[in-house]
Amino acid sequence: MTDVTSDTALSPETRTPVERAAPSRRLVVDVLDVVIRSIVPVLLALGAGAILLLALGRDPITFYSNIWKGGIELTAWQDSAVRAAPLLLIAVGLVVVFRANIWNLGYNGQFLLGAALISGFGPRLVGSEPRWFALVTLTLLAGAAGAVWTLVPALLKARYETNEIITTLMMSFIGVGVANILIKGPFQDPTVNIPQTRVLPLDKMLPAIPGTRIHVGVLLALAAAVIVHFVLTRTSFGLRLQILGANPRAARHVGLNVPRLILMSFLVSGLLIGMAAAADILGTWGYVRANWNPAYGDTVIPFVFLARLNALALIPFVIFYAVLSTGGDLATQQASLPTDFLLVLVALILLFMTVIEYLGRRRALGTSYLTPGLEQALRYSRRRRKTSK
Amino acid sequence: MANDDVSLAARHGEVHCLLGENGAGKSTLISILSGMLRPDAGEIRVDGKVVSIDAPRAALEFGVGTVYQHSTLVPALTVLQNLLLGETRGLTLKTEAARARLAEVAATLGVEVDPDAPAGELALGRQQQVEIVKALWRGSRVLILDEPTSMLTPQGVAELQKVLRRLKETGIAVIFITHKLHEALAVADRITILRAGRVVGALDTAQLAATSREEVQAHIVRLMFGEASREVADVAELRTELESEEGAGGVEEGAPDADALLELVRASARAVGGFDPGIEDISLMIREGEILGVAGLDGNGQRALAEVIAGERPAAAGEIRLYGAPVQRLDVSARQKLGLRYVTDDRLGEGIVTSLPVSLNLFLKRIGQRPFWRNGRIERRSVDREARLLVDAFDVRTPSVSTRAGALSGGNVQKVVLARELSFDPKVVVFHKPTYGLDLRTTTTVRDMIRGLARGGGAALVISTDLDELLDLCGRILVLSRGRLIGEVENGPNAGERVGELMIGVGDVVAA
Amino acid sequence: MSELLTRTFMTALISGGLLAGVPLMFTAVGETISERAGVLNIGLEGMMLVGAYVGFIGAYYGHSFWAGFAAGIGGGAATSLVMVVLCVRLGLDQIVVGIAITLAGEGITSVLQDSQFGGTYPRLGSPPTIAIPGLSGIPMVGKSVFDQPLIVYLGFAGVAAVSWIFRRTNAGLNLRAAGERPEALDAAGISVVATRSYAALCTGALAGLGGAYLSTVGAGTFTPFMTQGQGFMAIVIAMLARGKPLWVVLGSFLFGISLSVATALQLAGINISTDLVNMLPFIAIIVALVAFARRSYLPPALALPYFRGAR
Repeated sequence: MTDVTSDTALSPETRTPVERAAPSRRLVVDVLDVVIRSIVPVLLALGAGAILLLALGRDPITFYSNIWKGGIELTAWQDSAVRAAPLLLIAVGLVVVFRANIWNLGYNGQFLLGAALISGFGPRLVGSEPRWFALVTLTLLAGAAGAVWTLVPALLKARYETNEIITTLMMSFIGVGVANILIKGPFQDPTVNIPQTRVLPLDKMLPAIPGTRIHVGVLLALAAAVIVHFVLTRTSFGLRLQILGANPRAARHVGLNVPRLILMSFLVSGLLIGMAAAADILGTWGYVRANWNPAYGDTVIPFVFLARLNALALIPFVIFYAVLSTGGDLATQQASLPTDFLLVLVALILLFMTVIEYLGRRRALGTSYLTPGLEQALRYSRRRRKTSK
Repeated sequence: MANDDVSLAARHGEVHCLLGENGAGKSTLISILSGMLRPDAGEIRVDGKVVSIDAPRAALEFGVGTVYQHSTLVPALTVLQNLLLGETRGLTLKTEAARARLAEVAATLGVEVDPDAPAGELALGRQQQVEIVKALWRGSRVLILDEPTSMLTPQGVAELQKVLRRLKETGIAVIFITHKLHEALAVADRITILRAGRVVGALDTAQLAATSREEVQAHIVRLMFGEASREVADVAELRTELESEEGAGGVEEGAPDADALLELVRASARAVGGFDPGIEDISLMIREGEILGVAGLDGNGQRALAEVIAGERPAAAGEIRLYGAPVQRLDVSARQKLGLRYVTDDRLGEGIVTSLPVSLNLFLKRIGQRPFWRNGRIERRSVDREARLLVDAFDVRTPSVSTRAGALSGGNVQKVVLARELSFDPKVVVFHKPTYGLDLRTTTTVRDMIRGLARGGGAALVISTDLDELLDLCGRILVLSRGRLIGEVENGPNAGERVGELMIGVGDVVAA
Repeated sequence: MSELLTRTFMTALISGGLLAGVPLMFTAVGETISERAGVLNIGLEGMMLVGAYVGFIGAYYGHSFWAGFAAGIGGGAATSLVMVVLCVRLGLDQIVVGIAITLAGEGITSVLQDSQFGGTYPRLGSPPTIAIPGLSGIPMVGKSVFDQPLIVYLGFAGVAAVSWIFRRTNAGLNLRAAGERPEALDAAGISVVATRSYAALCTGALAGLGGAYLSTVGAGTFTPFMTQGQGFMAIVIAMLARGKPLWVVLGSFLFGISLSVATALQLAGINISTDLVNMLPFIAIIVALVAFARRSYLPPALALPYFRGAR
């Protein structure tokens, strides 16, 4: 509410009805708001997916119940938890950069390079060193590979403001190619004919929680989410990243070392994504086939946005997607559909989410996941009738 | 309520001035007339017929042309291309016809315009002329000018007044918005005064002619600012503003033998594109206790000067010295630690982060420092406590220190910026347009703060396009043109005129 | 032996380069139109794929390449409608929606292909071509360069037309203003949203055409994910070409050549790992970006939604 007599409205924003309401009512509205914005897009997407299934001549009910069966029932939930490990680590890695409004879309290349390296050096290392030492070293190696692969885009952006969407994507394609060359070449398992690396013996891989198939990598992912969340919300580094993402010009004005921030956030992101590869290879697969590209990052991106770039909120969302993905393997197979159908579901979630954001904005339901510049522009459009200059 | 029951009539061949303080509702009214905003109630009549102006296109069709305060020219396109913009009839660009029409309109207005010059390279006064041509291009019969003189030299203002007279002769109705009383009196046939969104008074030709200037002024001042709430001090400030030629009260010069706190020695900085020309070979010195002013038309290097001192822009040549020691190699935060502060003119664009709370915005330049952060971790309670103290001290109107800074009004955003820059050992402060767009009360407060800084042993550099402000505060005023310092004027009688002369003295780019 | 190598290699390289360059050219020109108007289309990959699939269906069942091209145009434009509604009209984040379109395009075309053809990949025959008399007689390059399907010649004409439109028409001027300074266009009375909507639809149509050419003429069939990043290549070409359609053509064919090197090498009997060769276009792009780091040009209002009254 602006006081027209004594203040100029250079910033013509008025407080929204929500901001003016009493605190207790605001809490209810906030919680409701989060729930709506998170759940509704998913429900809508599942609904649209059902329509799509019908159009393709499949039974949606069978499909979705297969997802439940394959993702949760009996011990399937453990498979989902295991699949969540690399997904969560990649998602956390994306949150770090997205908060600074940096688009690291090179996660596929970073992931595969990490995977290739540890599947190449792994067999030698686990054979000669104590298990823990080997596993930790390999994890760090994978993380380093991911981090190093972000250097070119990071430096280009830091120095020349080169658009990182393009550079990370290009590096990703190159990274996938390099990984394949390594797997088919120096890292090839000499004892078999199929192009893949040597298989790590089960007792040398990441240990599992006794009685389950859930390996330590899952715990690593959870820990990473918690730690990163703390860093992003409570430390000076996190605040600097937030400022860079919210207003890069203010970041410069305030004296932040922007090139260094860009570099650091890219490296941390690459590190986490590389470690996701470690969790996957050292925990689940034990080897890497040539031309394998699970493209975890592609499918987890919508949930990064749904979680409003909050690392803690990621946990339930990624678990949801892990269930969807694990169960989806069974469901698509039973329905004779390619697994790529899940890509469609995920894309639908993303699209519905953006629409809900828009509708939410029109009814002034609070803050959004979008970058503040955009949010501000949208507020202005709503303010058409309320300018007070 | 931005506008409350406002009624206004503009007549052919007449200049009608809309007078009011910043925040009085003038720009909202313009937005409605030009189609950018739709009114909640009321009607607009052109030639007696009720019309609905719901988009800029409609305004143009009804013959209402607007010259906005902020340029709507596309810098990368030429003048001719800018004028051809918005045409939908026909496929190809009718350049020849446009050239002819441009010559025609320009002749009517008595101005010269080069059709093939890129709009971004024109001087501001020239740009404004192009905007007037554009507003009249479709044969508008009503021309609205929103604060047209805010970026012009005194000579430029005179030229504009000539153009207005020509327009009157052609029968066009001109609506002229301003907050400067003396300008309104110079050109208006009719004056309507707005305050707090309402019309509080109107004077027509007869009344303006019949009364003496003094009386008219006093009458208008009463209408603009009201009687009951006025304190004597405020009115005195107002008189100071009105009598700005005499450079009254509150000028800080510093002692002649005091230390030089800030020095620039032949400093240069590169341009950054758009309307920014960089600076070239600038030398200046500010002593302890002094307020130095930098005058000049917008776009002559002010931003570059401020940024090169603050460290946001690297110095391509020359030296920058703080307390005698060269600092041009130091980055922004290093210079901050030495006591240098920068109050930017771009409050929302780089001054604050709108999505962060007021409390964090107040300490943006101290991230990581104690007592707000310990070992990198934030200490919320310290932050909030200190923030509350600052909010009180600087009279920032905000529901709480945790409110998003973007929700504050313009004046309070500026107070937050000032609080941040001036609350923690400021020694040398660069102010760029510190009171632009602020209402009178806040403006007075800010100017007092600047004086307080100087009196307390600091130094201030005030870069401003507002001559009145510079004459009010500064002991010396430098003039910036095309990135160079072309003169220095001691504050005193006729200082304003001398500064104005300097501003148009060198070359044609400065001529308005 | 080396003589033979050169001849086979060069011919394969050039004809392959042209073949691969045409889809890029269509898509990149389309992206240029959008970018000039201020819309950044990350979803180009998805639009190309949709155009490729729909184009193939059109050609296969319509028994005509032109039916395929028309279908591709329609499919691409329909996909870009999502962009138009969500980003241009509602102002939602262009990058997020672009990602969604790419994912959706990849997923849907894969599912539909499987659903329609169930694991088989029927092929189309070769398209009819028009040989330019005289020029097509030039040894080595004549047959490969100057004997193309009609759509290619039309494509070149189209690029020239786009260039002319930008420079000489009202629509082109308005479009440029939408990207440089939308407030100016709005104040001049033209709807920024409408201008950008048309631009985005054109982009979708052209990307769809590029995809259709890729599947019908280039490969003769549709395989899921067949664009392999060419949509992103087109974005890079558009950015590096700094909004000039003629540079777009040049860039498209340079990248087309890098895409066709693998096949050319195979035909010439030279054995280099396909992975390495497939990376070449992307390496070329990174090298180009590093070399021209300072010079890629983007209009100031790119990717910023326009709202009247916003500052």
